[in-house]
Amino acid sequence: MSKSLLRLRVNGETHEVLAEPRKLLSDVLREDLHLTGTHVGCEHGVCGACTVLVDGRPARSCLIFAVQMARHEVTTIEVVAQSGRLAHLQQALHETHGLQCGFCTPGIIMTFEAYLADNPAPSEAQIREVLSGNLCRCTGYQNIVRAVLAAAARRRAEGPA
Amino acid sequence: MRWGEHAYLLAMKPAPFTYHAPASLDEALGLLAAHGEEARPLAGGQSLVPMMNMRIARPEHLVDLNGVAELSFLREEADAVVVGALVRHAEIERSALLRRVAALLPCVAETIGHYAIRTRGTIGGSLALADPAAQWPLLAMLLDAQLTSARPGGTRTLAARDFFIDIFTTALEPGELLVSASFPRLAPDEGWGYRRFARRHGDFAIVAAAATLALDGAGRIERLRLALGGVGGTPVVLDALASAQQGRLPGPDIWEEVAGSAARAIDPSGDIHASAALRRELAAVLTRSALGDALARTGAHR
Repeated sequence: MSKSLLRLRVNGETHEVLAEPRKLLSDVLREDLHLTGTHVGCEHGVCGACTVLVDGRPARSCLIFAVQMARHEVTTIEVVAQSGRLAHLQQALHETHGLQCGFCTPGIIMTFEAYLADNPAPSEAQIREVLSGNLCRCTGYQNIVRAVLAAAARRRAEGPA
Repeated sequence: MRWGEHAYLLAMKPAPFTYHAPASLDEALGLLAAHGEEARPLAGGQSLVPMMNMRIARPEHLVDLNGVAELSFLREEADAVVVGALVRHAEIERSALLRRVAALLPCVAETIGHYAIRTRGTIGGSLALADPAAQWPLLAMLLDAQLTSARPGGTRTLAARDFFIDIFTTALEPGELLVSASFPRLAPDEGWGYRRFARRHGDFAIVAAAATLALDGAGRIERLRLALGGVGGTPVVLDALASAQQGRLPGPDIWEEVAGSAARAIDPSGDIHASAALRRELAAVLTRSALGDALARTGAHR
């Protein structure tokens, strides 16, 4: 099957990539755009490691073909920290020891970047419900939940940045 | 073993396909008709793409419906609400219209998969996939939703009970596309219940039970609907059992009796997820709970 020129918007920039239609968004991000912060775990939509934002909403990039993104805005972990300053959730994960190996962390951050914008004051139960879509084999989740609660509180006090 | 032959065992990548991105329903139907069994419509991709990554599905032609705006609508009618096939689970969850006229749809949508699955997955995709443990097939059967499909030059509407044939099998023919589902409104005082059991949060249910309950002026059962998922090739509607409760006073004793009858009325088979006996037990427990929830949500108790 022949490659064709795909156009996609990632992190506010337009990219052109020569790829087959079957190439997954996760693979185009990593292999063609060298945005390797998006991690690839299970490649069938279970682990959540490859979660990115599509038009501001979290989505599994392993379940989307890059060719589908011609008219959509993709956001990845690479632009979450602005001007060298960690986002609230990144800082909170650091402070609460909310990651160990860090493989699942980008997917969790992208998921909650969107979720906290929708629901700035989530309960612990709501956080756990949302977090159930991201597998972490290191932490046991307790400190991730603490980090999200802390990040939500900071976000309310200081704004999203 | 040749590397190329068995590469799919090592990497989860789909087989090659030709990609089509129709901008209108007519164009999509034309493509699906032209390519017949070699084509698959792509909606949210939350089931089809995993199957393609695992090469369980290898469509030659992929017809991406995501640019077909005509499939993405919610419409209120006199006694029903019509949901376009491309409406995402998350949109149903957030719909103020649905919260008002058929609250069980958004509340049950919240239980589908995970947050990042619900932002992509669609009601039409779930109905057309016809997993007997999934939420939308169960609610469609419970409420006897009217499912409309299209092909070039025509549409037809099937009752959910005629649409679902068996596990992962519907009445849709190659080239035919599900375009909308019409769910009856619930009466203002009608209560509902939905209970599910899964081993992990967000998994498909092993067994699920759904019910609606309307009471008459004297607080007796006027109309009861009851259906179970995960206990057969399609969701099972327990019409005779439900209608036999008409005129009775609702409450825990009746629910216990109905739950026992429901468990006896079904014929689940066992698999790696659960034995037939466990499914039967779950059917009883979940039915009792769903009926209790439905009663608690009726107007009289609200």
